[in-house]
Amino acid sequence: MNLRPAHVLRLFLHYLVLAVIAIVCVFPFWWTFVVAISTKGNMFEFPPTFWPQAVSLENFSEVFRVIPMWNFLKNSILITVATVIGKLVICSLAAYPLSRMAFRGKKLVFGIILATMVLPSEVNFLVNFVSMTKLGLVDTYTGVVLPNIVTAVSILLLKQAFDEVPQDLLDAARVDGALEWVIFYRIVLPLMTPWLATVGILTAVEAWNEYIWPSIIIAKPEDFPLSAGVLYLRGTYGSSTRVIAAGTMLTVAPILVAFLFTQRFFMRGMDGAVK
Amino acid sequence: MTQHRYQTRLAYLFLMPALVLLAAFSFWPVFYGSYLSFTDFSLIRATHWVGLANYQALFNNDMFLTGLKNSLIFLLVVPLTQIGAMSLAVMVNNQLPAIRWFRAAYYVPVVTTVSVVGIMWGFMFHEQGALNFVLLQLHVITVPLGWLSDDALALFAIMFVSFWRGLGWYMVMYLAALQSLPAEMQEAAILDGANRWQRFWRITVPMLYPTIMVCSMMSVLAALKAYQEVDVLTQGGPMNSTFTALYYAYDQGLKHLKLPRGLAASFVVSICCIGIAFGCLKYLKPRHRE
Repeated sequence: MNLRPAHVLRLFLHYLVLAVIAIVCVFPFWWTFVVAISTKGNMFEFPPTFWPQAVSLENFSEVFRVIPMWNFLKNSILITVATVIGKLVICSLAAYPLSRMAFRGKKLVFGIILATMVLPSEVNFLVNFVSMTKLGLVDTYTGVVLPNIVTAVSILLLKQAFDEVPQDLLDAARVDGALEWVIFYRIVLPLMTPWLATVGILTAVEAWNEYIWPSIIIAKPEDFPLSAGVLYLRGTYGSSTRVIAAGTMLTVAPILVAFLFTQRFFMRGMDGAVK
Repeated sequence: MTQHRYQTRLAYLFLMPALVLLAAFSFWPVFYGSYLSFTDFSLIRATHWVGLANYQALFNNDMFLTGLKNSLIFLLVVPLTQIGAMSLAVMVNNQLPAIRWFRAAYYVPVVTTVSVVGIMWGFMFHEQGALNFVLLQLHVITVPLGWLSDDALALFAIMFVSFWRGLGWYMVMYLAALQSLPAEMQEAAILDGANRWQRFWRITVPMLYPTIMVCSMMSVLAALKAYQEVDVLTQGGPMNSTFTALYYAYDQGLKHLKLPRGLAASFVVSICCIGIAFGCLKYLKPRHRE
């Protein structure tokens, strides 16, 4: 261990800078949390309180009283699970032949899928809303989930994962006369679990966080997922800041907990993206 | 031959669901949407072709022009985010104690939904909120500022939130790139007596060049397309000062049900973005081949 004063000072400064930036990143969460579990006084006063006072869960029970929080939670879970399962099934089905099968038009199909990455997709929902109206899927969760199931990025990530499976394994199975379908889901897919988990977690976060599209397609606020419902809570007359803060905390808590336990998957997804 | 044809058929069977969904929800909106931007479409009556009328209306519209100007101002976020994220990545690319927790802290804003970000920063930016309090304590300001209610400040407040959300994302991108760099060059440079500063500028930055370009391009496109932060923080106000080009599209298309107008605005943004993307890619390629 190097304990020269210059080195110690540099280490101290290093941590100081890191800590200041970390505080800027995390402070809004902390303050919202403090407001949510405190019950005393006005939130907006000088000096503000950055430490819990008169702690109680009153604000949280109030959230459940003024808005259908359980519904929001249930809807978020439903949308997230459906999106993740749909994406894993459909995107890995699509990625497999692109990686492992020889067929006519392969390059063209791959090009078409990649092309969606440069398409101006930001306000696709304007037209997608019209499509959903014509398909009769407005105000359904099918309508919320369908447009988010296939993304070029997911297909690309999964294709890279399929590329890493040793060719010998597939050749051996093909020589034995195994059907392509059986090779896919009995031999290759089990080897892909870490990658499926990565794509699954990244998708889950996206699906949980999406707020614009669900609030467009779902008609009644009580059918919203949490991310849209929390804005509805803010817009509702008469809810106090503390109650809004409590609702906000309930919305982010699942994602933050999930993130802290699955950090490495986020880094892995990024590795794939950089390559 | 039959074997080959069988394989082809099977491959398309595997691909079918994904291709159908992409066609319906990624390609169709672009083609049908660009057609609709030349019409007076609405869900309740017959559609007529109106030529360039929607586009002409855009460029006579102060709100859209303000939006375009604000979208360009928004680009100031790009260098800040990229320099910040790269420096941060270099600072956390080591095995110091607790470094994993710092990385996690920087990434927390990235995984948080925009609606929650909007509510939390709404608290922070409140005139009696935490930000004003801290700045007053540090004597940076003498009176509380209305971060979201002052039309000279609100756009910059939104840009800060965008920076706050992007920092961790790009940090992880740079970190992944840093960790894939071979260590030999650094070691050789240390043996040759190069100091930290020289090693950073002469070795790390040039080797990160492709990542810097890709991240900057993503960041430019994201800045030009910013609108969600506007939606959750100010909804375009105060006095329409925080409209961005795409927020105008969203506002017209969805809230005022002028779909063709909104689509026209979004295609103007898209065309700018596609131009920039191709420009960047052209600039990128020769370096890649070296």
